[in-house]
Formats: sequence, structure tokens, C-alpha cells
Amino acid sequence: MTTGTGTVITYREAMKQAIREALASDPRVFVMGEDVGKYGGCYAVTKGLLDEFGEERIRDTPLSESAFVGAGVGAAVAGMRPIVEIMTVNFSLLAADQIVNSAATLSHMSGGQFHVPLVIRMATGAGRQLAAQHSHSLECWYAHVPGLRVVEPATIDDARGVLRPALACPDPVLIFEPNSLYNMEGELTGAAATADLSTARVRREGKDVTLVTYGASLWRCMAAAEQLAAGGVEAEVVDLRSLRPLDDATILASVRRTRRVVIVDEGWRTGGLAAEVAMRVVEQGFYDLDAPIGRVCSEEVPIPYPKHLEDAALPSVERIVTAVRRTMGDAE
Amino acid sequence: MNELPAGITRERGLHLLTEMLRIRQFEGRCAELYSAGRIRGFLHLYDGEEAVAVGVMQVLGKGDSIVSTYREHGHAIARGIAMGPLMAELYGKRTGCSGGRGGSMHIFDAATRFYGGNAIVGGGLPLAVGIGLAEKMRGGRGVAACFFGEGAAAEGEFHESLNLAALWKLPVLFLCENNLYAMGTALARSESQTDIHAKAAAYGVRAVAVDGMDVFAVEAATHGAADFARAGKGPTLIEFRTYRFRAHSMFDAQLYRDKAEVEEWRRHGPVISLTTRLKAAGLMTEDDFQRIQGEADAEVKAAVDFAEQSEWEPVEDLTRHVYAEVSAP
Ligand SMILES: Cc1ncc(C[n+]2csc(CCOP(=O)(O)OP(=O)(O)O)c2C)c(N)n1
Repeated sequence: MTTGTGTVITYREAMKQAIREALASDPRVFVMGEDVGKYGGCYAVTKGLLDEFGEERIRDTPLSESAFVGAGVGAAVAGMRPIVEIMTVNFSLLAADQIVNSAATLSHMSGGQFHVPLVIRMATGAGRQLAAQHSHSLECWYAHVPGLRVVEPATIDDARGVLRPALACPDPVLIFEPNSLYNMEGELTGAAATADLSTARVRREGKDVTLVTYGASLWRCMAAAEQLAAGGVEAEVVDLRSLRPLDDATILASVRRTRRVVIVDEGWRTGGLAAEVAMRVVEQGFYDLDAPIGRVCSEEVPIPYPKHLEDAALPSVERIVTAVRRTMGDAE
Repeated sequence: MNELPAGITRERGLHLLTEMLRIRQFEGRCAELYSAGRIRGFLHLYDGEEAVAVGVMQVLGKGDSIVSTYREHGHAIARGIAMGPLMAELYGKRTGCSGGRGGSMHIFDAATRFYGGNAIVGGGLPLAVGIGLAEKMRGGRGVAACFFGEGAAAEGEFHESLNLAALWKLPVLFLCENNLYAMGTALARSESQTDIHAKAAAYGVRAVAVDGMDVFAVEAATHGAADFARAGKGPTLIEFRTYRFRAHSMFDAQLYRDKAEVEEWRRHGPVISLTTRLKAAGLMTEDDFQRIQGEADAEVKAAVDFAEQSEWEPVEDLTRHVYAEVSAP
């Protein structure tokens, strides 16, 4: 893969390069979704691709999420390699039937005769004051479903690298892109070539506590770890990258080293991914723990519009630091 | 240009123009406040489509209900929601008409039966069907008026809602604001049948298409639909042919359409066409126009002052309103 190691690009550009590479290298690959062509994508990820690859392969769809996602399932079953873009996870609910009842089940229901090598990309997350119908993090709903693979690249390398294994995979893969990261810049390190669909990564090493997270919250955890380090607490940060399957081995290995864990998840707390990760730690590492597991999730409220309330609803650096201190046994 | 309909008085003409200018001036200020960072999130302006909201609202009474989209400031103002609480909502202040929780895309007002700006395209149509159903089951005379863009006609919810409303003969007005673009997607790039009203025939829904730039034509068509619904005959779909003069939202470079096309539509926009016709008929002078615009500006200024001076909701209230704070009525 030509990943341009050493160059500084945005997350958006990293995704675009990956899509362009896929289109150029495999004639079965095509892109479809609302405003992906003429408009250039609602987050400008596909900007310019229409001119480069033409209308056959960069297909603007009507506002018909159920139909075009379902058409992606059908095209994939029939031998194509569609990359379907849904503007945001909130709108994916109009296509949830096709994702959960068709994409996730065809392989199983057909006794393994049919496969759905489909990639669905969608933006996720809050932070831009878009209120209660554009800001949610519903990844865990899809991570609940056997038959789907769910990834969430949080770094430039992963954004650049994850599409290739996703397209090579015979199963449906959902790629979640935190909309607050599209403008993030970073250097391509060559790690893009090693991106996969099933492993977590330790993004920062530390001996005192493990922060398990994914998506945009990775960067909040990294900032919290810096603050904690100034106070003498060395936090290890694990980026899940894959939400289904979860990489238990990497999580547990870290917890065994630090003996303490705080999980940071932009989804709501009740029934969320943080609960799943915590339970796995309990099942497999209960006796390695020196303190109760902590969680920092979004408050149980639809995301409100005003900035101060939106900020208060989301996991913040401050809330992460406080949760870690509690886990370390500091008096509040 | 269309003639003024017979019997239009000076008073009537000025009233309609006033309503349109109130929306226009309000939103002009919104655009500035967005650039200044006072309004955040997504902001979708109605510039060019004012005749639809104003014409429709002339027909709807207190007992009727409205379901709208994220492009709903015009509907809200024409419905009679006061500008102060509306602007405060755009700021996210607690005095906003949705308590500040919704912002520009989610205007709600129980007093005027304004059931919200819905920001899921097509999401409002089933709600309107349900409101119409409730009205019918309780034996009321109210109608449910539902605004949506032509882009929504591609969603399954559009088709399912039309069928259901027709099947049960519900008092629903499906009000399609066809401004030719769904974000950056031109109508012909997204619909095999570009006459939106033609789709209604498949469901046995009464349908008409009218010039959405002509406030009188809008009003007349809405009258017909409301009378039909109140007589228990069921829903109507009205396709209003209109145009949005500005970007889809504040983040749109508009690379998908020609400036010349926009200019052409502006030339027969709703405000300019009514103004020209009223003047030509001798019903209005330039002084009248200036006075009306000045009064609208003053109303907008007072609304901005109100929003600026209003308080933020305390953070301790974050999880309020997730569940009802009253017992079921
Ligand atoms: C289900 C859904 N899909 C996509 C979007 C993103 N989106 C918001 S407005 C819009 C265009 C809608 O066009 P139209 O219905 O014609 O209304 P207009 O904005 O022109 O008033 C799109 C694609 C959304 N809000 N909801």
C-alpha cells in the first residue's frame, strides 16, 4: 500500500486516500450515498472522486437510506464491493432493518452459501452543537449484532488503513468516523499498512491505570493521561479500534499490568459498550483488579443544543481525570 | 407575473407582505448572528420560500396542528410564535420556545400546536398522520399540516404516510416545499418522477401543484385542502414550487448550482413579486414598504435583545425533560 509515510494529512484526507486507492485497484468497488458525488460528501470525504471516477462508480442516491443500504447488501451478495456512505449514525436507523435483518444474517440464514462483503461508512458523535437528532453515538447497537463487524478508526493511520481489510473481508463491516476528527491532522507513520478489523492498540503506556476507549474519546483520554502524569499517575491508554469483535487479550493484558481500569465511552452508560468491556474484565481478570472498575460515558440525555449542556453531557478530560483519581483511591 | 386576485384590499396585501418581511428580516439577522458565533450548530434559512409559510398559515386556525422540518423559522413566525422566544431558542437560552434544548432545527411550541422542527428527513410525516388520526378519533375539526422538502419524497416514510392517511381518510395536509434541491442533489438526479404531486395518485391522495412564490396561490390551494380534510374526505398533497435563495445550511459552498440560476429565481421571489404587484395596483407605496421593513427590523432587534439578555439553563438541569415531569393528562 502506498501510504505516503511521513506526510501530514487530515483524517478526512486519510479516508479519501483509502477510498481512492480502493476504487483504483478494484473495479468491483463503488461508492454510493447521499450527496457523495456532486456535493462532495456532507463531510467532504468523497470530494473530487466524482470527477476522477465518474457517475457509475460515485453514485449519488436519493434520500432513501433503507433502499440504498439494502441495495448495497444486494450488490455485495451479487459480487460487487460497495462502499456505502450514510451521513450520520442517526440516519442509519432508517436503514437499520437492512443492516441488522439482511446484511448481518444472510450468511447464516443461507447456511454459508452467501456472503455480504459490504462496507458501510458513517459519521458518529457529538461536539458540534447539532442537538438531539444528529449527535449520538449508537455504535454499540450495531456492535451487539452477530454477523456485523464494527470498527472505529481514531487515528490518521487507522483512517488510512482500515478500508483495505474492510473491503477484503467477506462480511459486512461498519466503519464509524467521529465527525469531530475529520479536521484532525497527523502524520502517516506506516502503521496504516497494519490496520486490521479485530485488534486494539495501546496508544500510551503506563503502569498505574488502564483507560479503555475508542473513537473521539481516545484524544480526551490522551489529554487526561498527560494531566494525570503531571500528578504522578501513569495511565495506559487502550484504543479498542474494533468494537466487534472486542480484543479481550489486549485489554486484559493491560489490566493485568495496571490492575485498575476506567472505560471511556461516548455512548450512553446503560447497556453500553463500557458495560460490555467491564464485564469481560470481570469475567477474565477479576482477581487481577485492585479497585472497582470505573466508567465515564455520556449522560443519559439526548444531546442538548447549548454548548455548556452538550459539553456537560459528554465524557470530558476533567471527568476522566476525576474517575481515574477515584479508582486510584484518592479522596474526592 | 401573476395578476393580483380580485378583491385584494390594501389591508390584506400589506398584511401578507408584513408577514413575509418579518421572516425575511429575522433570518437575515440570523445569518449575521451565525457568523458572529451567537447561533451555532446547523442553521437552515428559508430565504425565498416565505410565501409558502405565510400563505398556508392564513388558512390554519387555532385548532390545527403543524409539523415541520429543520428549515422551520418561517413556519414558526407565520404561525405566530413570538420572535423573542424563537431567537432565544436559536441562542440556546432557557427562555427559548423549546427551553433552549433544541436550537434552530427543533422549534416546538405547544400553545400554537407547533409539533416541532424534525431534522430527520421524512420523520415528520408519520407524526402528522398520527395527529390527524387523533383528531379524527376524537371527532375534532382540526387538520394536521405537515411541511417537508421534495427530498423527503424519496423516503419510505413519505410513501407509507400517504398510503395510511388516504386509507383512513385522515385530515392531513402534506405540504411539499419543492425547492428543487435536497442539499446538493438536484431533483432530477434523485427522482424518476420529478412531479412530486404525481406520486400521490398511486395512493388515491388528492394532489395539486401550485406556484409557491405566489402567496395567493398558496393560500387558495391550502383552503381547498383544508376544506376537503374538514369535510372528512381525507388528505391532500400540495406541491409548492419554490426555491431556496441561500445555501442549504451555513456550511454549503453551493458548487452544485449556477449563480445565474439563483439570480433568475430571485427576480421573481415572493417578496419582490408581491411588492411589485401591490405597487402596480396602487395598493402600496415605497414609504409603506420602508415602514413595514422598519417595523420588522425593530421586532427582530427586540428579539435579539431578549435572547442576549436571557440566561443560560444551569448545568445541574442537564438531565431534565428526558421523562415527563408531570403525570399523564
Ligand atoms: C434521514 C435523513 N437523511 C439525511 C439527512 C441529511 N439532510 C438534511 S436536510 C437534507 C436535504 C433535504 O432536502 P429536502 O427534503 O428537499 O428539504 P430542503 O432542505 O430542501 O428544505 C439532507 C440530505 C437527514 N437530516 N435525515
